[in-house]
Amino acid sequence: MNVTEAAAADATVPAGAPILAAAGITKRFGGLTAVNDVSFDIPARSIVSLIGPNGAGKTTFFNMLTGLIRPTEGRITFEGRNITRSRPDVITSRGMARTFQNIRLFGAMTAVENVMVGHHSRMKAGVFGAVFRPPWVVKEERQTTDRARELLGYVGLKKADFDRLAIHLPYGDQRRVEIARALASEPQLLLLDEPTAGMNPHESAALADFMRRLRADLNLTILLIEHDMKVVMGVSERVTVLNYGSRLAEGTPAEVRANPAVIEAYLGKEG
Amino acid sequence: MTELRAQLSEWRAAVERALPPWWSKGLAAVVLVIGVVLPFITGSQSGFLNGTIVAVAYAVMSLGLNVVVGMAGLLDLGYVAFYAFGAYCMGWFGSAFFFGVHVHVGVAPTLSHAIGIHLNIVLVLIAAVVVCAVAGMIIGLPTLRLRGDYIAIVTLAFGEIIGVLAVNGQSIHVGGGMTLTAGNLGISAIDPPWFPGTGSFSLLDLRPWYWLIFSILLIVLFVNVRVRDSRLGRAWVALREDEVAAVSMGIPLVKTKLMAYAIGAAFGGMSGAFLGAYVTEVNAGQFQFGFSVFIVAMVVVGGIGSIWGALVGGLLLGYINNYLIPDVLNDLPSRFGLHFQLTSVSFGIFGFLLVLVMVVRPQGLFPERRRTLEMTGEVAAMDAELGTEPEAGNTI
Repeated sequence: MNVTEAAAADATVPAGAPILAAAGITKRFGGLTAVNDVSFDIPARSIVSLIGPNGAGKTTFFNMLTGLIRPTEGRITFEGRNITRSRPDVITSRGMARTFQNIRLFGAMTAVENVMVGHHSRMKAGVFGAVFRPPWVVKEERQTTDRARELLGYVGLKKADFDRLAIHLPYGDQRRVEIARALASEPQLLLLDEPTAGMNPHESAALADFMRRLRADLNLTILLIEHDMKVVMGVSERVTVLNYGSRLAEGTPAEVRANPAVIEAYLGKEG
Repeated sequence: MTELRAQLSEWRAAVERALPPWWSKGLAAVVLVIGVVLPFITGSQSGFLNGTIVAVAYAVMSLGLNVVVGMAGLLDLGYVAFYAFGAYCMGWFGSAFFFGVHVHVGVAPTLSHAIGIHLNIVLVLIAAVVVCAVAGMIIGLPTLRLRGDYIAIVTLAFGEIIGVLAVNGQSIHVGGGMTLTAGNLGISAIDPPWFPGTGSFSLLDLRPWYWLIFSILLIVLFVNVRVRDSRLGRAWVALREDEVAAVSMGIPLVKTKLMAYAIGAAFGGMSGAFLGAYVTEVNAGQFQFGFSVFIVAMVVVGGIGSIWGALVGGLLLGYINNYLIPDVLNDLPSRFGLHFQLTSVSFGIFGFLLVLVMVVRPQGLFPERRRTLEMTGEVAAMDAELGTEPEAGNTI
């Protein structure tokens, strides 16, 4: 089974229905309200962007969706299940995977090993499996390795780099490995936190194409935090704008681009 | 200095090229054979064999602690607790200490009517593994939300608590006039191991003891290697390198860390039970904080995270402590006209060795590849360059 078939078989949510629904999400750090009453739906198989000026609460919002921090108020539903207070690893096993704004690969592990870690939640071997290594564990390990190599090829890493340590890879390849690692957890929803950070316009355009290909091949839904407006406007179906922790606007890229409040938030008020 | 290092690594590469590809397996086979026949060379009662037995038992503990400190990256300064639990398992289940009960399973016929609990050493070892694994998880629980040095402080405190519990256990009554431990009086007259065919082990012939602990070492080594190269081993490395990324990739933090504590503790328990039988006494005075540090020193000298490093570190410090200092060099100061014995400054010697290793070769004698990268700062430099994510980092 190749990557594409495996993901297609996993698709459980009908196209169009929201795969993720966040309702009234608020996060307060002491007196500071980082995210204030944000509601947000992600239709299945869509590419949705979350934008906003620096410090608008985008990454905090991301961290709440993936369970790294818990919202003060509100409710997050993923595929109809409440995940508001679930642990990050549980959320990952439900089918949500992410990348990080500052690449967080396991530096002293090879590219393949990094991606194998991503497959952790789909594996079953425990201590006894590890020690006695029955045939099913051997098979599981081999399949995980094969799949990791397949995914690395899919994201465009050169074969010669598969067994290099993550720290020794160039920046662009580290981004690729991080996406492959997220894909290894067989997600339905992929969250990308500023994937084009540090990329030149040419690379950014290639990444936008890659996101569309991801959705088509793997039946994925993608949520994107992005600063590069060209990428955001080019690739997303819907855009949500956060400013000072609140939702400022939501709509198609064209609607958002024309929204005076958004222009004001980004460029400041005239006169 | 750097030129010298470059020259050395060049030579090493040349040697490695010259060796056939199976050399490491060949070397392992040779070491294994030497390990098995060693007692025939040393004689059945030599001080060297005695030192070897204790050194191998220390190596087992070193390998256990290496799982916690090396593989999972959780600095545990209370490892002596598992030595204590293992040794007390031996005391409880292999002596007349619980005189109110009569239990005999697979022991020497001479013991079949003795009072107390008498289990075969294999059963005691299994009991020690279970007791220590559970104790390890209980001790690990409060450290789960902590990082780095704070883990060390909590585990240190637990080690002390167990030590004090061992001393004061003589006042804890478990019914029928029996107490939990014998405190500083010690539980004595511990059954020697007995197997059908071999009879009871005797301290007049140390060879069976050696083969027993050598078998335990082989089992522990096997488990270590298998676990390192598994899903669990990968999860430990991932958690050690970047906890936030690891949990985001689906690794359950609590379960994975507790597993490290449990496995590490289980090995300490096996070694502790063996040592309890070998020294034929379980005395609360054996379980001092200094011993925890001693085992950490083994792991550090050998190379944190490296299985072969932990093995060599354990054997090395074990030999120095139990053979070299007491048997070979003990009268060294008197030859220089000094009036003390070398054993009285043994901890000073270990401290000096530890400092020496830290200065000359901070990654240890047989460093693990990943750990070397982490310690030489290459990975750290990358982390610093990329910065960290404070929002996420503070919450796990």
